[in-house]
Amino acid sequence: MALSFILTDEQEEFRGLVKRFADEVIAPRADELNAEGVFPVDIVQQMGELGLFAIPFAEADGGMGADLTTLCLAIEEIGRVDQSLGITLEAAVGLGATPIAEYGTDEQKLQWLGDLLTGQRVAGFGLTEPGGGSDVVGATRTTAEVDGDHWVVNGSKVFITNAGTDITSVVTVLARTGEDADGRPELTSIVVPADTPGFSVAPKYRKVGWHASDTREVILDDVRVPLANTLGERGEGFRQFLATLDDGRIAISALAVGLIQGCIDECTRYANEREAFGTPIGSNQAIAFKIADMEVAAHTARLATHEAAWRRDNGLDYKRQACIAKLYSSEAAVSAAREAAQVFGGYGFMTEYRVGRFYQDAKILEIGEGTSEVQRMLIARDLGVGTS
Amino acid sequence: MKVIVPVKRVPDTAGDKVIDADTKTMDRDAGETVLCPVNEFAIEEAVKLKEATGAEVTVLLIGPDGAQSTIRKALSYGLDGAIQVTDDAISGSDALGTARVIAAALADVEFDVVIFGNQSTDARTSLVPAAVAELLDLPSLTYARFMEIDGDAITVHREHEEGWDVVESTLPAVVSVVEAINEPRYPNFKGIMAAKSKPLDVKSLADLGVDAAAVGAGDAAATMYAFEPRPPKAAGTIVTDDGSGSAADDLADWMEEQKFI
Ligand SMILES: Cc1cc2nc3c(=O)[nH]c(=O)nc-3n(C[C@H](O)[C@H](O)[C@H](O)COP(=O)(O)OP(=O)(O)OC[C@H]3O[C@@H](n4cnc5c(N)ncnc54)[C@H](O)[C@@H]3O)c2cc1C
Ligand SMILES: Cc1cc2nc3c(=O)[nH]c(=O)nc-3n(C[C@H](O)[C@H](O)[C@H](O)COP(=O)(O)OP(=O)(O)OC[C@H]3O[C@@H](n4cnc5c(N)ncnc54)[C@H](O)[C@@H]3O)c2cc1C
Repeated sequence: MALSFILTDEQEEFRGLVKRFADEVIAPRADELNAEGVFPVDIVQQMGELGLFAIPFAEADGGMGADLTTLCLAIEEIGRVDQSLGITLEAAVGLGATPIAEYGTDEQKLQWLGDLLTGQRVAGFGLTEPGGGSDVVGATRTTAEVDGDHWVVNGSKVFITNAGTDITSVVTVLARTGEDADGRPELTSIVVPADTPGFSVAPKYRKVGWHASDTREVILDDVRVPLANTLGERGEGFRQFLATLDDGRIAISALAVGLIQGCIDECTRYANEREAFGTPIGSNQAIAFKIADMEVAAHTARLATHEAAWRRDNGLDYKRQACIAKLYSSEAAVSAAREAAQVFGGYGFMTEYRVGRFYQDAKILEIGEGTSEVQRMLIARDLGVGTS
Repeated sequence: MKVIVPVKRVPDTAGDKVIDADTKTMDRDAGETVLCPVNEFAIEEAVKLKEATGAEVTVLLIGPDGAQSTIRKALSYGLDGAIQVTDDAISGSDALGTARVIAAALADVEFDVVIFGNQSTDARTSLVPAAVAELLDLPSLTYARFMEIDGDAITVHREHEEGWDVVESTLPAVVSVVEAINEPRYPNFKGIMAAKSKPLDVKSLADLGVDAAAVGAGDAAATMYAFEPRPPKAAGTIVTDDGSGSAADDLADWMEEQKFI
């Protein structure tokens, strides 16, 4: 378990495969998909054929038996050319399939996991509500009440990734199912198949970025699902979503690394090609240093991501490292995208250029799966700051 | 059914090729090496046979110690095993010497069909598949843009400048495929992980009973006398569109001159 910065031969080979797929299949279509706001079912299913959606799951469940580090390699390589498909993969695995694999019964796994791991279907996880996402416990208004052997779920969820695609199978929703002895809300995760009467999604949001990723408001209107759809035990929802987000932070960090790497690739090429005042713009230190800084950011962010993932894969504490990686990488990605757009001049403001698109895509990295403030809050709390 | 796919390790097609001035052979250590891209089409045909008939597919590579990564790459498409023939005496072999080693390796195992790529991306002679067929006295079905096996009969569409010929023979046979034959799939994660545990049978010339004097640089039938770098690209012809529509005619004339149309 000694710390190694060297990937295994298989991980290198796999990274090479995903890179090739991203360059050959995704990159040529990324601009069009984002311009038109299309969720590309065909590409997602091809990603499934490569095995991407099955990476961190047990072989007994139909997974590849690999680890979070390997998933991060895939997310980075996809995210390098298109952030929308990067988040689609991240959310489908981390938010959609993982809770079912982690907490589901054998019957639940049999019912839903197969299609999710092959990428034939995707799933979502609904925590955030109109009233708030940072303070999930305080903001959850969605309720589930027992009626015979069914739950009746009412409420709504906002900004839910993969909730409204043509291949969405289920959305796991966090609902209030009562109160504990101290009057705190009891939260329970309930799996809601997307074809259940009363489950609906609002039209697509008009988002700043992630245009080819599916994000929806979910409306739950007297949705009846069997009690057997409870994930884990009633009242375990709080603990479950905290654990889910720990892993999600590392994966979002990998997505941010991909964005920075994409900026470096694009800017290096462009700085050598584009001429002003008779020389390539890259011969100006003002431009060259921007790209050098991006490389420093990518390298640092990648190390933080891999270390956090490595700790998790080896059973060590990793919560703080996950927060650090997510916080650093996402803020570095926003800076990198801003500077990359600058290197491209006017073209950097055009969304048909990758760096222009990344300028749009970067901001959400500081918000989703725990805002930067929430990461800082958790890191400070973990250090014991403000507890006395 | 047993299928053999001979694969080559070549310099990365994206990089520059380096020729060693002393040995007048390609410096294969000069840059990244990859599985020859044309072999991916042969592997795809083999994988299709595997899916359709449960065929057992073995890759065969003649090459030095460092070539195992190429073998693993080939195996990552879900193939069953590999044979590598490696021997210092093979170094410097020309197409015929290589064909002798491949033929000897094939004579040592059972197979129904051998699927080659029609050429490598480095030396590009296209000689090896036909030479192997000749040495083994087997039907040679080269330049296949389509192949189909039914029982012990094989049909291929042999591509040529005017179209293709339909060629049939019985198995066992030697086939080489062109890139038009299919669209190779990507390997997948499972295949990559499984590749390492697939059996690899490493053989020497002595194992195959091949006389070391019959292969290698010394016995090469082809001799390299001189080589030169590719001349710099000449300036192209520019057809200007002045709005009168004559540009289309000019372009058509030029293409006819070049025998493109
Ligand atoms: C494209 C997209 C996809 C998403 N996908 C999903 C999904 O699949 N599932 C899901 O459940 N959610 C999803 N979300 C929601 C996302 O996780 C939330 O938006 C995020 O957690 C923030 O919650 P909020 O928007 O309610 O902001 P709020 O919680 O209202 O926060 C507003 C601001 O206050 C700050 N703040 C809050 N509390 C504190 C504090 N204690 N100290 C300092 N500052 C504080 C926040 O950092 C933020 O800056 C997605 C969002 C987007 C935009
Ligand atoms: C102990 C030691 C070991 C060294 N080892 C090596 C070595 O192994 N190999 C090697 O090549 N060099 C080596 N150097 C040289 C070192 O890299 C240079 O000192 C460095 O490039 C700064 O150049 P300078 O000393 O001329 O700049 P100075 O004139 O001393 O620097 C003044 C300021 O100018 C700015 N500046 C200088 N150069 C640049 C630049 N290129 N771009 C932007 N701003 C600049 C910086 O703000 C700097 O603070 C070594 C130096 C030291 C002190």
